[in-house]
Amino acid sequence: MSVKKFVVGCFDDEKTLFPAVKNTRKAGYKIHDVYTPFPIHGLDHAMGLRDTSLHTAGFIYGITGTTTALTFMSWVFTKDWPLNIGGKPNLPLPAFIPIVFELTVLCAAVGMVLTFCYLCQLAPFVRKDHFHLRATDDLFVMPIEITDKTNAEEVKAFFKSAGAVEVFEKSAETGWWLGRYDSTKKAFEKEEEIVTA
Amino acid sequence: MSLLRYESQVREPLVDGHKTYHDVTEDICKPVEAAPSRLWWIGFIISVALLLFGVVSLYKEVVYGTGMWNLNKTIGWGWDITNFVWWVGIGHAGTLISAILLLFRQGWRTGVNRAAEAMTIFAVICAGQFPIWHMGRVWMAFFVMPYPNTRGPLWVNFNSPLLWDVFAISTYFTVSLLFWYSGLLPDMATLRDRAKKKWAKAFYGVASFGWSGSTKHWQRHESLSLVLAGLSTPLVLSVHTIVSFDFATSVIPGWHTTIFPPYFVAGAIFSGFAMVQTLMLVTRKVMNLQDYITISHIENMNKVIVLTGSIVGCAYLTELFMAWYSAVKYEQDIFFKYRIAGPYGWSYWLMMTCNVITPQLFWVKKLRRNIAFTFLMSVVVNIGMWFERFVIIVSSLYRDYLPSSWSVYYRPTIWEVGFYLGSFGLFFTCYFLFSKYFPVIAIAEIKHVLKKNGESYKEQMDPIEAQTVEEFAKEHVHAH
Repeated sequence: MSVKKFVVGCFDDEKTLFPAVKNTRKAGYKIHDVYTPFPIHGLDHAMGLRDTSLHTAGFIYGITGTTTALTFMSWVFTKDWPLNIGGKPNLPLPAFIPIVFELTVLCAAVGMVLTFCYLCQLAPFVRKDHFHLRATDDLFVMPIEITDKTNAEEVKAFFKSAGAVEVFEKSAETGWWLGRYDSTKKAFEKEEEIVTA
Repeated sequence: MSLLRYESQVREPLVDGHKTYHDVTEDICKPVEAAPSRLWWIGFIISVALLLFGVVSLYKEVVYGTGMWNLNKTIGWGWDITNFVWWVGIGHAGTLISAILLLFRQGWRTGVNRAAEAMTIFAVICAGQFPIWHMGRVWMAFFVMPYPNTRGPLWVNFNSPLLWDVFAISTYFTVSLLFWYSGLLPDMATLRDRAKKKWAKAFYGVASFGWSGSTKHWQRHESLSLVLAGLSTPLVLSVHTIVSFDFATSVIPGWHTTIFPPYFVAGAIFSGFAMVQTLMLVTRKVMNLQDYITISHIENMNKVIVLTGSIVGCAYLTELFMAWYSAVKYEQDIFFKYRIAGPYGWSYWLMMTCNVITPQLFWVKKLRRNIAFTFLMSVVVNIGMWFERFVIIVSSLYRDYLPSSWSVYYRPTIWEVGFYLGSFGLFFTCYFLFSKYFPVIAIAEIKHVLKKNGESYKEQMDPIEAQTVEEFAKEHVHAH
């Protein structure tokens, strides 16, 4: 995790955003990310992101729930504490259906949400640097990282020609840190102090 | 890439008024950011007072035992389980709206899903109280969990519908909560980025989990919502099915019927939508959200109400027919002597009037689109649905196999009523807090449908509508 420099272009319409994303990639700039206030279908493909496999993870969690419930109840009723209830079979599979189903759903849902939070690095008290406060309101915000090989002025001019309504430079922390949004304390502030001292 | 897609003018816009994305944010966030109104305080204080009355009633019940309730030898499940089933039923609309309507691609869900899901969660919390406190020795409530214990280990009975209920309701609550909260994250981030006050920045910062709106995150979020919707759809049907098993797997006349699962599920959706209407009609007026929860939203929900109400009506008639057709004396006695007639006959006919007869008025389009009438009906339906559960439980129990223990009449004590009122207090306290501090409409989802189904975008269809087929084809059909 480190602080990097970016040129940020903000767009206010999907109609200008899509060609801008396409042209940015064509020009060879590396798009750091595009922050949008709502999901825009097709933007992930326009940016060249691969599909998520979160649903596959969900399937695996679900199957885990199914087998856990089935093996556990079978073990209880046949091995651990078999009960003779009016001579009925010890392994009443139809009666297992509700609990097996519920546990499948529970494991799939809980597992998927936890995986989602882990992949997106989301949790309470997680603090991140955001490029623009209106990225959760009405702006589509596209930062491009500035390295010693890129010319910031050139990128700015490019953004303006692509129809950005706002263009600026910003240094931002790319990772997350534990903190609250009402404090101005930055990530790894202490370490930096030690280094400068 | 053209973002203009043709949609028929017959379908009404989902968002009224000429809104931009920023207008949507403003409209929904403003009531959250404003100071609570006097009306809000009055409602909130009444709710808290009811909640406290419920706490006192429960205190009595815990200290002196379930004898504080007027349950007796045959009526072992009175108001308590009636209230449980009633609240669980109400808790079905939210997940139905958010999950099943998502799978069916019903765009109108976006206006009401957030508040309906919140209502679901609060209703399930209320429902859960009843069986838990009904246990009497509530400090032993954890005995229902299958954990390795020092009594053998003696496991819980996995064959029992009452245990299935424990699993079904706790799973339903957990999954609904996760579904609701994962949808809330982006909107909490919107509130966080708009926050001016220190506490608001801190609160929405923590509550938004550091959401940034990255495209990759949105992609995963969409996948998560879709799978959770797919999981919740059979889940929501399973929950009331399993609740109905509590009755249907017994051998009590009037309960022992195979029709119960679909009948209960339809009834749950029926009462759930009625409760959504009650809350939404007030919320949209007080919070000025008429552009997002439009008359067409209300009409759509009324259509669901008339459909499910009719299914419930068919179930009532089927029950009566089957009781006669079965030629079983006990079934016939329960239905024809003790349910539609006898000392509890009035509750049966009240149920019939509220659930089957009056909702039929919703076949009239004018009434479906009438707000005052809809509000009245939503309350009537929930009264009817409460009596449905009361009729099923009490009329099957008050005359059992042993005539010497027949109870003449069952009247709840003030503490039984207090517990019920307390659950209202809990429900409305939660709803008042939610409507004040959380966005009651899914902001991101409204923005997502705005360009396809918003009023100003639908007006772009007007010139297309005026075109002839040839003109349209010339302009829009390209060789690919």
